[in-house]
Amino acid sequence: MSEYAVLGKRLPRVDGPVKAAGTARFTDDLSLPGMLYGKILRSPHAHARIVRIDTTRAENHPGVRAVIVGEDFGDYRYGLRADTRDEYPLARGKVRYLGEEVAAVAAVDEETALEALNLIQVEYEVLSAVTDPEEALREGAPQLHDDKPGNISVHMKTSFGDVDDAFRQADYIREDRFYSQSVLHGFLEPNAALALWEAPNRITIWASKQSPYFLYRNLSNCFNVPLSNVRLIQPYIGGGFGGKNGGYPVDFCAVMLSKKTGRPVKIVLTMEEVLSSHRRRHPMIVRLKTGVKKDGTILAHDCRIIADGGAGTGVGPSTIANAFYFLNLPYVVPNVRYEAFRVYTNRPISVAQRGNGIQQIRYAADVQLEMIAHDLGLDPVQIRQKNAVYTGYRTASGMNIHSCGLQETITEAVKAAEWETHYRPWQEKEKEPLGRIATGVGIACNSFQSGARLTGHNCCTAVIKVHEDGTASLLTGSTDSGQGSETVLAMIVAEVLGTRLEDVFVPQTDSTVTPVDPGSFGSRVSSTAGNAVLIAAQDARSQLLPVAAELLKAAPEDIEFRDRKVLVRGAPDRVLRFRDLTRQTVAWGSGTSIIGQGSWGQTVPPMNFETGEGDASGAYSFGTQAAWVEVDTQTGKVTVPRMVVAHDLGFALNPLAVEGQHEGSIAGGVGHTIYEHCVEENGQNLTPNLTAYGLPTVYDLPEEMVSLSIETIDPVGAFGAKESGEGTQVSTIPAIVNAIHNAIGVWITDLPVTPEKVLKALRDRKAQDRATEGGQP
Amino acid sequence: MLDQLIHLKVNGTLHTVAVPPHRTLLEVLREQLGYTGTKRACRVGDCGACTVIIDGKAVLSCLTLAVEVQEKEILTIEALGDGDRPDTLQQSFVDCGAVQCGFCTPGMVMSAKALLDENPHPDREEVRRAIAGNLCRCTGYAKIVEAIEDAATRLS
Ligand code: FES
Ligand code: FES
Repeated sequence: MSEYAVLGKRLPRVDGPVKAAGTARFTDDLSLPGMLYGKILRSPHAHARIVRIDTTRAENHPGVRAVIVGEDFGDYRYGLRADTRDEYPLARGKVRYLGEEVAAVAAVDEETALEALNLIQVEYEVLSAVTDPEEALREGAPQLHDDKPGNISVHMKTSFGDVDDAFRQADYIREDRFYSQSVLHGFLEPNAALALWEAPNRITIWASKQSPYFLYRNLSNCFNVPLSNVRLIQPYIGGGFGGKNGGYPVDFCAVMLSKKTGRPVKIVLTMEEVLSSHRRRHPMIVRLKTGVKKDGTILAHDCRIIADGGAGTGVGPSTIANAFYFLNLPYVVPNVRYEAFRVYTNRPISVAQRGNGIQQIRYAADVQLEMIAHDLGLDPVQIRQKNAVYTGYRTASGMNIHSCGLQETITEAVKAAEWETHYRPWQEKEKEPLGRIATGVGIACNSFQSGARLTGHNCCTAVIKVHEDGTASLLTGSTDSGQGSETVLAMIVAEVLGTRLEDVFVPQTDSTVTPVDPGSFGSRVSSTAGNAVLIAAQDARSQLLPVAAELLKAAPEDIEFRDRKVLVRGAPDRVLRFRDLTRQTVAWGSGTSIIGQGSWGQTVPPMNFETGEGDASGAYSFGTQAAWVEVDTQTGKVTVPRMVVAHDLGFALNPLAVEGQHEGSIAGGVGHTIYEHCVEENGQNLTPNLTAYGLPTVYDLPEEMVSLSIETIDPVGAFGAKESGEGTQVSTIPAIVNAIHNAIGVWITDLPVTPEKVLKALRDRKAQDRATEGGQP
Repeated sequence: MLDQLIHLKVNGTLHTVAVPPHRTLLEVLREQLGYTGTKRACRVGDCGACTVIIDGKAVLSCLTLAVEVQEKEILTIEALGDGDRPDTLQQSFVDCGAVQCGFCTPGMVMSAKALLDENPHPDREEVRRAIAGNLCRCTGYAKIVEAIEDAATRLS
C-alpha cells in the first residue's frame, strides 16, 4: 500500500467540472465594457522592404479607433537573450516572412476592423526570398538580418571523446540523412489577448500564455512601465505545447491599441493566422554518422544539423543545445561530435514544441540504430538493452544520471506489446510475398529533461495560505495549460497538510499576486514547482505544529496530519480536526496568518549553449515505446492501431494525469510521423486549415494506447517524480518508422510518412530487388 | 447590410436579437447572448469546438447562420450541468480523464450528447463516428471515447 494518502491516486483533475460545463473562461470568453476589437495586417510577401505605409483611409473609416504600425513601438525588439533580440511587435523596415505582422487596427467590432485592414496601403519593394535552409547557407543567398551574416542564427560546434579514433575502431559505420518537417503546435485555442492600458502607466492583460512571466517582462520593457504595474492575469489556456510561451505581436498590439484608444482591446487570431504565421517546431536536416562494434555497441556519433529557424531566433539556442544533449541519451555514446547551424529563412519563426529539438535528433538516432541492427542481423530489443544507460552513468559530455529505469521500460514495453508473438525480423518476412495489408512492430527508446535548466531566473516559488477553516490557497506562477499541473500541485499541498484535494484552491496566475516563475516549458512543473510547493506546504505545516503539540499534549514529532485530522502516533484517542487546529492557530495570541513559502531552483548549473558540457537538467526521464503498424501496400496508407508506452517517470504523482500525458504525447507523435505537414510555395502556406494541415482525428490515432509507469523514485524531483509529458513524444516517431520497416522493409528518412512516400519506397525497393536478382547468375 | 430582428430559442429561453443576416450562430451565441461555453476555434468547420445541438442534431454553429435557426430548439453546453453539478455525461468526461486543456470539451460533450440522446447504447464505432468531426490536440481521444461509453453505461 502506498505511504501516501493523496499522491499516487487516480484523482480527476480539479478544473475538470468547469471545463466540462463550459464555464471555464478562456481569453476569448472575456469582454470588458467599451471593449474594442483588434485585427492585424500581415505581409503578403515572404521578403520585402516596406517603402511606405499609409494608414489615413483606415483611420478615417467609421468605427475605427486606432491604427498602429512598427514605428509606434520605437526600436523595441524582443527575444530570449540580449544578443538574439530580432523580433519586432510590428515589422520595421522589412518583412521577413509571409504573414509577418505589419500593422494593427482597433475598431468597434471585428468586421469594421477587417474592413479597415483593407484600407491600409503598404508599398513593398519585393526582395528575393529564401525558404530552404540549405540554400540560405549558400553564398549569395538573400540575407534576412543585416547583423547576422550568412543567415546564421545559431551555430554550435562541440566534441567529446576521440571521435576519429572511435570510427577507426568501429566494425561498422553508417551515415544517413534524415529530415523532419515543419510541425505546428496544433492547440485549438488560437492565440488571444485582451489588454487594458490605464494612464499614466498601468497595463492589465489577459492572455493565453503557458509561461506568462516572459510577457510580463516583455511588456515592462516595451512600454517602459515598472514590473509592479504589469498585471498579467492568466485565464484558462486552450493548450500550449510550446506555442504560447513568450510575448507575441498579438499581445504587444493589444496593449498598444489600448494605450492609443484608452479602451480595452481584444485580439483573437483566426486559425488561419495561427497555422500560417505563428510559431512552429524546427524543421531539421540531420546527418548522422554512427560507428558500432560487431555486437552493436555504439562507439561514436558524428552529427551535423541544419535547422530551419524561420525569420527569427526565438528560443532557438535552447533547441540547438537540446538536440546535442539528447544525442548523448538514452544510449551510451562514449565519443560524440556535433555541429549545428540554425539558419534564418523567410518562413515563420521556429520555436520549441513538446520536445524542443529532441524529437528530431532521436528520430534520426533511433531509426539509424534500427538500421544498424538490421544490417548486422542483431535483435532490435537486444541492441537497445546493450546500449542503454543506467543509474550512475555520466555521459561523455558530463550529464549525470541519478535514476534510470530504462532497462525496465524496455522489458515492460516488450512484454505489453507481446513482442515475442508479433516480431519477426524483416529478413525472414521478406521471403514471403507482401499482402495487401502488411503489419509490423517497432520499438524505440527516449530520454528527456525534467525541468530544462536555462540561464537566468530558473526557480519556482510557491506560497500557501492556510485559511482558518482548514482550506488552503496555493499561489504559484506555474501555469496549467491543460497538462494537469494545477491538480498535481494541489495534491502535494493536500498530502503534506493531511487534507483533501478539494480543500486546496489554486487561483490562476496573476503577476501582481503570484510569485514570478520561469514558466511551463521543458517539463519542469511537477518536478521543480512540485518541490517548491512541497517546501511551502512543509513550512505551513511547521507553523501549525507547535499549536497542535500544545493542544494535543504531544511531542511535535509524534504528530501526524491525515484526512483532515491531526493525530498523535500511538495514541488513537488524541485527535483534533484539522480545521479546529487552523482556527485555533489563527486565533493564537493576538492572531496570526498561516502562510507557507517555498522556493526551489535547479540542482545543476545552467545549460551550456556553447559547448553542451554538463547537465541539461537535474533529472532525466527514460522510456520505451512500441508501435504496431498496418501498411496498406496498395494505397501506401499507414495506420497505428496500437501503441505502448513504458515510461520511467520517477513517481506517478497522479496516474490518471500521467496516462493523459502519455496518450497526448502519442497523439502528437503520430501526427508528426504520419499526417501533419505544411505544404508551402514560395513561403506561402497552402494548408492553412486544420484539415488540410492534417491534425489527427479520432480515426487517425491508435485505438489502443497502453501506458505503463516505471517508478524509480528520483533523488531530485518532488516525491521522486520526473517528467512524463514530453519524453514520450520523443520516441513515438522512431517506434513507428521502425515498425514500418518491419512491415514492408523500407526506411522512411523523410517525414511525414505520406502514402506517396510509402508507395515510392516500395517501388524503389522492388526495382532494387529485381536489379539484384537480375545481377545474379 | 441591415440588421434583422430574430427570435432564437436557446436552452428553452426565447431571445430577441438584432443581427446582420450574415452573422453566424456562433457569433450571436457568444457575442450577443453571452453563451461563451460554445468555443470559437477554427471558425470554418474543421474542429467541432463550436458544436451545439439543434433539434436533436449536433451542428457546427460556426457554419450556421443565426437567421436560419429561428423556431428551432437550440441547445448549448450551458443547458447541461454547471461546474457544481455536472450532469452524468460531463461527470464521465471528468472522471475518465477526458478533459485536459478543455477547449475542445464543450463541443465534444455536445457531440456525445446528440449521440446518446438518439442512441443510448452506441457501440465503439458509433462513438468514434460521433466525434470524428471534433478535434482534440491534448488527449489522443482514447479517454474521450471511454468517457462517452462510461456515460452510456451510467445512463442506462
Ligand atoms: S469553430 Fe466551428 S468547427 Fe471549428
Ligand atoms: S482537451 Fe485540449 S484540445 Fe481537447
